[in-house]
Amino acid sequence: MDIQLKRGLLDICVLAAIKNEDTYGYQIIKELKPYLELSESTLYTILKRLEAADMLTVRSVEHDGRLRKYYHIKEPGLRRIEEFKADWNEILSIYEFITREDMNYE
Amino acid sequence: MNKETFLTELRAKLYGLPPEDIEERLAFYNEMINDRMEDGLTEEEAVGEIGSVDTVVEQIMAEIPFTALVRTKVRPKRKLKAWELVLLICGAPVWFPLAIAACAVAFSLYIVIWAVLISLYAADLSLTAGAIASLAGIAVYLKAGNPAGAAFAIGAAAVCAGLAILLFFACIWLTQYVIYGTNRLMLSIKKSFVGKED
Repeated sequence: MDIQLKRGLLDICVLAAIKNEDTYGYQIIKELKPYLELSESTLYTILKRLEAADMLTVRSVEHDGRLRKYYHIKEPGLRRIEEFKADWNEILSIYEFITREDMNYE
Repeated sequence: MNKETFLTELRAKLYGLPPEDIEERLAFYNEMINDRMEDGLTEEEAVGEIGSVDTVVEQIMAEIPFTALVRTKVRPKRKLKAWELVLLICGAPVWFPLAIAACAVAFSLYIVIWAVLISLYAADLSLTAGAIASLAGIAVYLKAGNPAGAAFAIGAAAVCAGLAILLFFACIWLTQYVIYGTNRLMLSIKKSFVGKED
């Protein structure tokens, strides 16, 4: 997939992964694995960026005698997902237009 | 490689980044390895899934903006002593122009690479023009009743067109190579900003 396109999608994917319940880093990677390969350092950068953008909060939870960071989505993060869905509808209609052109030429 | 070695090596290779940033990143990788082990992997396997220390450093460098790296590096790790400051300021007329000159030389070398590429494209363009002109030449020679000249023009057109096509693909390949090289160079410059200094 095009790198620029993938980069834009990654933020949304991470937000979507924590949308339903608070999740930790490895869980996010596991959940996204069937769809896209996400390296630890990329995830770290995305989580930092989303936190700075006030889209999620982090809290440390004690787990099995060690600390584990859980990520919780905030209102702006949920809004971002909704915006993406709206954008995507637009892209889908453009996609339909593009594929219709293909059919005319065949 | 076990977790302890991995984290120690990673810490050494990230030296130069802000300490709190390093700690946070190490804690992140530590958690990632622990969670993988909890998932049933052995320590070695868990570390293996994260990737080699060098790969991780490369990934981190690729994500960090260049300006952030320079800012960390430029900030002195300790307060400068008075005589060091005096030397720094008094020496400015010498080291500052030298530093600028060094940067300019490096930059112009890079420009030269692109200049060579651009001239290759220009050569390719002139070969194309030569091919078109030779094609026109065929008509001119025929009109003048000179079949030998026309045959020559056909040959010239074929040679020019052939060379133009070959050179075009060579140019494309070289351009991609230079862009790839530029990315690698940026990455190695970034990497030179971190790592333990001996």
